Amino acid sequence: MTIKSWDELKKMREEAKAATATRSGEGTQIIVGMGTCGIAAGAREVMTAILGELNKRNVQALVTQTGCIGMCEKEVLVDIVRPGEKRITYGRVKPEHISRLISEHVVNGNIVEELVVAKLEE
Amino acid sequence: MQLTRGHVLVCGGTGCVSSGSKKLQQALQDELEKRNITEYKIVETGCHGFCEMGPLVIIYPEGTFYVRVDVTDVPELVEEHLLKGRIVQRLLYKAPVTEEKVPSYREIPFYKKQMRVALRNCGHINPEVLSEYIGRDGYEALAKVLNTMSPEQVIAEMKKSGLRGRGGGGFPTGLKWEFCAKSPGDQKYIICNADEGDPGAFMDRSVLEGDPHSVIEGMAIGGYAMGASEGYVYVRAEYPLAIKRLKIAIAQAEEMGILGDSVMGTGFKFHLHIKEGAGAFVCGEETALMQSIEGKRGMPRVRPPFPAVKGLWGKPSNINNVETFANVPVIFLQGADAFASVGTAGSKGTKVFALTGKVNNTGLAEVPMGLTLREIIFDIGGGIPGGKEYKAVQIGGPSGGCIPKELLDLPIDYDSLIQAGAMMGSGGLVVMDETTCMVDLARFFLNFTQKESCGKCTPCREGTKRMLEILTRICAGKGVPEDIATLERLARTIKSTALCGLGNTAPNPVLSTLRYFRHEYEAHIFEKKCPAGVCTALLTYSIDEEKCTGCGRCAKNCPVGCITGEKKEPHKLDSAKCIKCGTCIEKCKFNAVVRI
Repeated sequence: MTIKSWDELKKMREEAKAATATRSGEGTQIIVGMGTCGIAAGAREVMTAILGELNKRNVQALVTQTGCIGMCEKEVLVDIVRPGEKRITYGRVKPEHISRLISEHVVNGNIVEELVVAKLEE
Repeated sequence: MQLTRGHVLVCGGTGCVSSGSKKLQQALQDELEKRNITEYKIVETGCHGFCEMGPLVIIYPEGTFYVRVDVTDVPELVEEHLLKGRIVQRLLYKAPVTEEKVPSYREIPFYKKQMRVALRNCGHINPEVLSEYIGRDGYEALAKVLNTMSPEQVIAEMKKSGLRGRGGGGFPTGLKWEFCAKSPGDQKYIICNADEGDPGAFMDRSVLEGDPHSVIEGMAIGGYAMGASEGYVYVRAEYPLAIKRLKIAIAQAEEMGILGDSVMGTGFKFHLHIKEGAGAFVCGEETALMQSIEGKRGMPRVRPPFPAVKGLWGKPSNINNVETFANVPVIFLQGADAFASVGTAGSKGTKVFALTGKVNNTGLAEVPMGLTLREIIFDIGGGIPGGKEYKAVQIGGPSGGCIPKELLDLPIDYDSLIQAGAMMGSGGLVVMDETTCMVDLARFFLNFTQKESCGKCTPCREGTKRMLEILTRICAGKGVPEDIATLERLARTIKSTALCGLGNTAPNPVLSTLRYFRHEYEAHIFEKKCPAGVCTALLTYSIDEEKCTGCGRCAKNCPVGCITGEKKEPHKLDSAKCIKCGTCIEKCKFNAVVRI
């Protein structure tokens, strides 16, 4: 694949930026609770579902995991923080919920009320 | 887009490789496979500049900075950080003195005061993957230049930026390009000086290993501005990794249509070649360098004619340093005014320094011009190890001079350093403490330049030899009162008559140490003493009777039999017979041998 014009360079840049986005430190953060309680509740499957959904929809996000925050009862816990918006904690998340969480909250900014556990003021 | 959401960046610079980063990478790969973890990607990057702390591993998206990571740490790192998201505290960077652990890359004092421009991509991308360079705005500057600017506009922008040569000369780059552009000729050449001969300097090596495309892009922009369709990168042979990365980068750029008969489809023709050096410091001098490319013995020649008029194969040529070229794309990406907003009135932009010697954080630091030496050595460098006293810093390598304590608050720029009797040079900073002898230092550097002298001109060939002889005699305790005056006279003569930069800067370390540490020379000559305790010939050995147990090990091993004494009685050393070989100090288990 050769670059024959400025536009082709720009296109290549967009693709490359997406591939290395995880190093930029910017963008929507999705934090999955993966302490022992989280893992026991199925956090790895939720994580896999999240990555699969992001990949499928070609959506950029920084996916990290965290330890136990104490609300073990409500695992699997998934936090979503869009830049400049409130951090929302979703509880009892299952792989089948992911499609909605990504399309409604991550992409469109609409909180999925019935899955919410808490809202953290920054 | 791939399924990886995390990147594990392992430094693959020469420093970390020699500390075992390749094995570390393999171990990480194996561990990820063993545990079937597919969402993390391992990326090998170039040098971060913090070589003291290697092997370095940075994990994104958190940006956690792990230092001195060993193969044995891998299972824990993978289990705790990659699987459970818990930072492995014991592998974090600990700030010297406060011992505070700093998890984030961006907060570490070593990096906080830095402004990485030439080093912008080093440590952040895999230098062997062209798309990663493009992802960080690589080749955008070249595309902009080729599609929207004329060669004259490019040169005007370069002049406006105020960029000066980073190889040591500090000549305004825009002006240099203009000379070559205005020279008539059917073929012109653009050359990158990647010889980096100064001992201890490794700025250029890091750029070539970690971000070779930035140099290629800078050269292409220069080629367009001056009408040069062919370029050469002269790399010293002692940098095999840099050569390898450069070869890969050039091949990838050619494949991608970024180098060739029509760069990115614009019709501009530009080809790059690599020429390896062969171990001669003098080939870092531009005219000797060109001789070397032509296949001749590397020896400088008289100028005028300057390379811009008559250079490689007699054609107009422009030579710039690696770091200079690495800055060029930035000027066109952010604009000359933005570039010129950093630095001092006479020295715009940033400079990469190689911090080495008696300093806690050795490595590379890129800072805006105008930062003080104190900030570089103490804030970024972390100060002198072992709580010792700062004595001086040698700046500019064998062509430079030393800066003593009184001048620590000197803002670094080209002109202020020259006034202080030193010079920016390529940016090598060798920090010295109270245990360094300044006369011995001058002798060390002169020994280097003497060996590297090509022999063509008498002032350098004979002059440096005589200066070295005098310094060697002084360090051996055989100095005579006239020596200082002779050294000064020789130095001034060589400086004004030598044919090239090697010769006319060789006396600098001597002149500089004489200026600020004259008392050390006088102590060596008149008192036959070395205040720093380094010059072995001037040290006196004696035995501390309180500590001596009379074991006799020193006497048994003394090659001249100058130690006498009864068993279990304190021994005595006859300093008249002593040849100061140091064997007795080595053998004594009770610290009873005193050397002053």
